[in-house]
Amino acid sequence: MKKSLYIAAKDLRSEFRTKQMLNSMLIFSLIVIVIFSISFGDVLSQTELVEKLAPGVLWVAFTFAGTLGLSRSFAGEMENGCLEGLKLSPIDRSSIYIGKTISNAILMFIVELLTIPIFIVLFNYNISGIPGLALVIFLGTFGFVSVGTLLSALSASTRAREIMLPVLLLPLIIPVIIPAVMATGTILTDGGIGSIASELRLLVVYDLIFFVVGQLVFEYTVMD
Amino acid sequence: MLIDRKKEKVLAIITAPVMLIAIGMIFFYVPQMKGNAGEILDSSFKIFYFHLPIAMVSYLAFTVVFIASIMHLKGNSSKWDIVAHSAAEVGVVFAFLVLVTGSIWAKATWGWYWIWEPRLTTSLALFLVYLAYLMLRQALEEPEKRARLAAVFGIVGFISVPLSFLSIRLWRSAHPLMFGGSSYGSSGGGLEGTSLQLTLAVNMLAFALLFASLLVYRINNEALKEELEEMKYNHS
Amino acid sequence: MAPIDSIISITGLSKSFGRRKALNNINLEIKKGEFVTIFGPNGAGKTTLLKIMSTIINPSRGSILVNGIDAKKHPEKIRGMIGAISHETYLYDELKARENLVFFARMYGIENDNIDSRVDSILKSVNLLQRSDERAGSFSRGMKQRLSIARALLHQPEILLMDEPYTGLDQHAAANFERVLMGTGDSDVTRIMITHNIERAFELCDRMLIMDRGEIRFDKLKTEIESVEEFKEQYLSIVEKDTDAEGISNV
Repeated sequence: MKKSLYIAAKDLRSEFRTKQMLNSMLIFSLIVIVIFSISFGDVLSQTELVEKLAPGVLWVAFTFAGTLGLSRSFAGEMENGCLEGLKLSPIDRSSIYIGKTISNAILMFIVELLTIPIFIVLFNYNISGIPGLALVIFLGTFGFVSVGTLLSALSASTRAREIMLPVLLLPLIIPVIIPAVMATGTILTDGGIGSIASELRLLVVYDLIFFVVGQLVFEYTVMD
Repeated sequence: MLIDRKKEKVLAIITAPVMLIAIGMIFFYVPQMKGNAGEILDSSFKIFYFHLPIAMVSYLAFTVVFIASIMHLKGNSSKWDIVAHSAAEVGVVFAFLVLVTGSIWAKATWGWYWIWEPRLTTSLALFLVYLAYLMLRQALEEPEKRARLAAVFGIVGFISVPLSFLSIRLWRSAHPLMFGGSSYGSSGGGLEGTSLQLTLAVNMLAFALLFASLLVYRINNEALKEELEEMKYNHS
Repeated sequence: MAPIDSIISITGLSKSFGRRKALNNINLEIKKGEFVTIFGPNGAGKTTLLKIMSTIINPSRGSILVNGIDAKKHPEKIRGMIGAISHETYLYDELKARENLVFFARMYGIENDNIDSRVDSILKSVNLLQRSDERAGSFSRGMKQRLSIARALLHQPEILLMDEPYTGLDQHAAANFERVLMGTGDSDVTRIMITHNIERAFELCDRMLIMDRGEIRFDKLKTEIESVEEFKEQYLSIVEKDTDAEGISNV
């Protein structure tokens, strides 16, 4: 477990040095928000409509930016044979998975944290219920990343990996995106945490199942 | 690996008449359906006798993919990979047919081809997952690696399906129901009477047999392909 | 069964990738402290053999014991005893030289208190102490190779596995590499190296193997070989039998 944290720290340290991935994720999510803002320009004055659109727009931005980041997560590890270097060291394969999941999740949280203010400005929208929203975003993102990290490792060894990842990932994250969008919607329309209990439960179940299954099958994705 | 040629033929020979009987029963044996209020239902209901068995077969096929994938990772033999691949291909065809028959039925009863109803949407998710599975296989050249990575996806994909169903149900029930629950709530809204159940049972059997024969043919095909490659390889 | 002074003991080892047999019934005993070099044409199974020794590939059949430990049962224990060098550097370009080593020291479970002193001393021995705060990506090929040697020796491995370490090194860098290779670590470190550089290998090693088509076709101590020329002839006669031009071109 400690070694996973070291791996995550290593990833974040090299990422913050170049900020390559972080910047492209951020710009991408910004572009998604801008495009939605332009195409919904006429209705932005009607708060009720914005309220209906907001959760979908936010999660589309998060998902796309996240997919972009994930597609590079293992590609970087392939340079200089670093993944092999990790495999040569006396650690469990699953600690590589856990470490990568943590670093990917943290990168996504940063992007999400910066996307939301932009969204507020461009959609003239006032966000309420921040703690509930944070919880939903945390659970949704963690589920997304636990599947995404596994599939990132899996698609890293396929032909045309950049295309392969979204094709594999998007059908599998339906069960995490739907409750996340719903719960976000309820929170934004002043619902308390109590009113999204069933969504939260589903998110927790999804997160647990895929985090555990991911650890179990990860070693098969990085075998030689 | 090769399943006995004779058994393959026997299976096909059994499947054909059962299929014919099953179809015949739908059109000539089952009495006119009556709705809850006693009104005569549209004959479009007959598609249900195809729709349900096809859906069952697609679930069955994907369960086979799941189990074969686990077996492959445990035992690392190409035999299980062939089973998983074959079942996935047959399953995708059936999953597509589920969507087609479902939409036709939906159009006839509700007036829309598509509604975001839990079961329909889950079928769509299922179809997409296994389409992705087949695409993944195409993107991998080396047989050993292809088998291993496809098995990982076969496992993870299968697990996501029940979760999809739960989340979609949650999603739809949060909205007002567009249609009376009974029209699709229970299996077809009051399927009573032995003749109906019998017809359904025979259709289930027919489609299960169809699945078995297709799967066996597909596996044999693949095994022959392997053998051919082997001969080519040894020859060169 | 295995001789007591064997550090690596391989019996009946086979590996196939699908249809292709990469290794076919390999039996090999390597003594503690030996320096073994492995030659052979591309696709002979050398790298596969090395990867099986380092437990990152599982054999299809057969067993491998390292220091008496079964690779199937405790692969991570064996990985802790092995240092690996290849033409890949296994380094993170964005991290500084020191950060790279500290990271891998943690992966190898070196205790936190000892990490700094260990990293310092190893950086000194590969002559990179002054450059330790520069990014590994900014290093020249030779410096990267030295850093990757440091990475491999960090945890004081008992066995050093090298897969074509000369690739991409100029003469000066190669000489440097040899100096570090022979100079660091105790003399009882077991070294196994794959290379095409017969002259250099003949000078350094104790024992020479030739592999072809997944089998060990030649295995002699250096003292049993008269000269480099004799060995080259042997090599050609073994590889030529299966006449693939590709193999010969590597000599």
